[in-house]
Amino acid sequence: MELTIREALRQAMDEEMARDEDVILLGEEVAEYNGAYKVSAGLYEKYGGERVMDTPITEEGFTGMAIGAAMTGLRPIVEWMTFNFSLMAFDQVINNAAKTSYMSGGQFTLPMVFRGPNGPAEYLAAQHSQALQSFYAHVPGLKVVAPSTPYDAKGLLKSAIRDNNPVIFLEGELMYPWKGDVPEGEILVPLGEAAVRREGKDVTLVGFSKPMKMILEAAEELAQIGIDAEVIDLRTLRPLDEEAIFRSVAKTNRCVVVDEAWPFASVGSHIGYLVSSRCFDDLDAPVELISSEDVPMPYNHRLELMAQPSTDKIIKAAKRTLYMGGQ
Amino acid sequence: MSKDTPKGARKELLEKMMKQMLLIRRFEEKAGQMYGLRKIGGFCHLYIGQEAVAVGSIAALNLEKDYVVTAYRDHGHALACGMDPNGVMAELYGKVTGCSKGKGGSMHMFDREKHMLGGNGIVGGQLPVAAGAALTIRNKKQDGVVLCFFGDGAIHQGSFHESLNLAKIYNLPVIYICENNQYGMGTDYRRVSAVEDLSVMGASYGIEGKQVDGMNPLTVYEAVHREVEELRKNPGPAFLEIRTYRYKGHSMSDPATYRTKDELEQYKERDPIKELKQVMMEEKFLTEEVFKKWDKEAKEISAASVAFSEESPEPEPHELYTDIFVQGEV
Repeated sequence: MELTIREALRQAMDEEMARDEDVILLGEEVAEYNGAYKVSAGLYEKYGGERVMDTPITEEGFTGMAIGAAMTGLRPIVEWMTFNFSLMAFDQVINNAAKTSYMSGGQFTLPMVFRGPNGPAEYLAAQHSQALQSFYAHVPGLKVVAPSTPYDAKGLLKSAIRDNNPVIFLEGELMYPWKGDVPEGEILVPLGEAAVRREGKDVTLVGFSKPMKMILEAAEELAQIGIDAEVIDLRTLRPLDEEAIFRSVAKTNRCVVVDEAWPFASVGSHIGYLVSSRCFDDLDAPVELISSEDVPMPYNHRLELMAQPSTDKIIKAAKRTLYMGGQ
Repeated sequence: MSKDTPKGARKELLEKMMKQMLLIRRFEEKAGQMYGLRKIGGFCHLYIGQEAVAVGSIAALNLEKDYVVTAYRDHGHALACGMDPNGVMAELYGKVTGCSKGKGGSMHMFDREKHMLGGNGIVGGQLPVAAGAALTIRNKKQDGVVLCFFGDGAIHQGSFHESLNLAKIYNLPVIYICENNQYGMGTDYRRVSAVEDLSVMGASYGIEGKQVDGMNPLTVYEAVHREVEELRKNPGPAFLEIRTYRYKGHSMSDPATYRTKDELEQYKERDPIKELKQVMMEEKFLTEEVFKKWDKEAKEISAASVAFSEESPEPEPHELYTDIFVQGEV
């Protein structure tokens, strides 16, 4: 059955709420308004206000409240209208959600999910258009998930809800209408396993979330000029499936990492470091990193597109690893 | 507690509160002493002077179904929840026998069994968490309540305002207790608060705050007990400002030169242990001899907790990597 990512996420929450009455959803506009991006449409009607809760615009407050609920027996899904607003709740996520298990010597576990749209959108300028995965992936104690297909969106969200640890679940605002095949029935995609989207032998292209579309486009274009790219979709950033990356690089000897966050201290730059050190003997060229430019996002459309990864930038980087010129 | 309370029950309650206050006093003195000997490191915030607040409040709970969450000055709350003094002292020592296996330290006492949801090291960080525990109670149709302790410093954090609003709109059974010890670290709370009467600060959220004398455990017990009984029947938030005083500095490194000796002496005149002792002697529940015996017991428990901690092993190196995630599904 063909579903959008929006529908796949909704199905995942619906199925898990039906399966376990401890699962609740809370956030701004998630209930009566059916969600700012309509991901939660229909859930309030089906499960009622105690389990699908509209909150005031107080990210620190409702995020911390969900943490207390998770410590005492509920399994909350926190929807942040966007990850941009999650920064208001940063203390609760970093200092409470990520660390309470450790600080309590493992007495308390926090089965909960924080989800919402992340990453650049269009015409939204610097505060509303940014990729914040580096912030969350930095912290021990958080799992971080970033699907790129409807199938994975559903299967990973269901696994995230059943996981007994806090999971950051990154969606892309521009990805909600993306369509893909999702078979009926139970789908559980395990956290921490990357997927090979395209097999190839000449260069490894590694990415996750929204850039996967341009990575796959780049791979097709590269194929037309005789370059056979292997494409890895990480799907989960924490725990990171390092072996999947290393296996591929061992085969291709070249690697391009794509991450739409800023380049400094990012998931992408960390993978670049891992590949450079762990695959040193396999590499035939320096690892390439295609990130967003190191600038706040401008409003102007021409400039905002320039600021982000593109198919063309990925193709050029792949060619550089093959010493085929291109800047 | 009303005048109709049976004498036996009243005696039992007062005895329990007295023993707990003595234990906290002597335990904290011992902790301070061991800190001085560098057996305990880091930040260490002692509860001496404030004992009546944690003891009186928590005595009004049933920790089978109620919860406690507090800030970083948490040793007193931990002991008042009935946590094992050995585990609390060993935690201060960073030993693996500590309540948090030596990974939390002074500011992070937790006990899942005793429903103690922790000491939180970020000022105001525990206020939304308390609302969450109350949300679980609401959704699971239980009749528990949550006590959330925080200081006069935390009341100006956004989390206070956000949490009271949330607790009110969702009718959550949580009692927010501002332990106003009058100094946010070295700053007199009057210098940084728009209002001197902090109990009015619930008004914006339709929560009528009450001021309570925090130097008398019985007064505290009665005020909190009233709210607890009310919330069990009619869930919703309550807010108390309990006025108290800490005898020591903010932490071990603070000589507390920002206040006068006279002020400190005035509060010591109203020492919570002294106050309760007087009540108990008047009611013929206590003799000087028995008091001395209990005090000696408190000292012995504290000394034993030190011996236990000294003998306890350090965490094994592999513990560095445990408890970050739990494995598997429920």
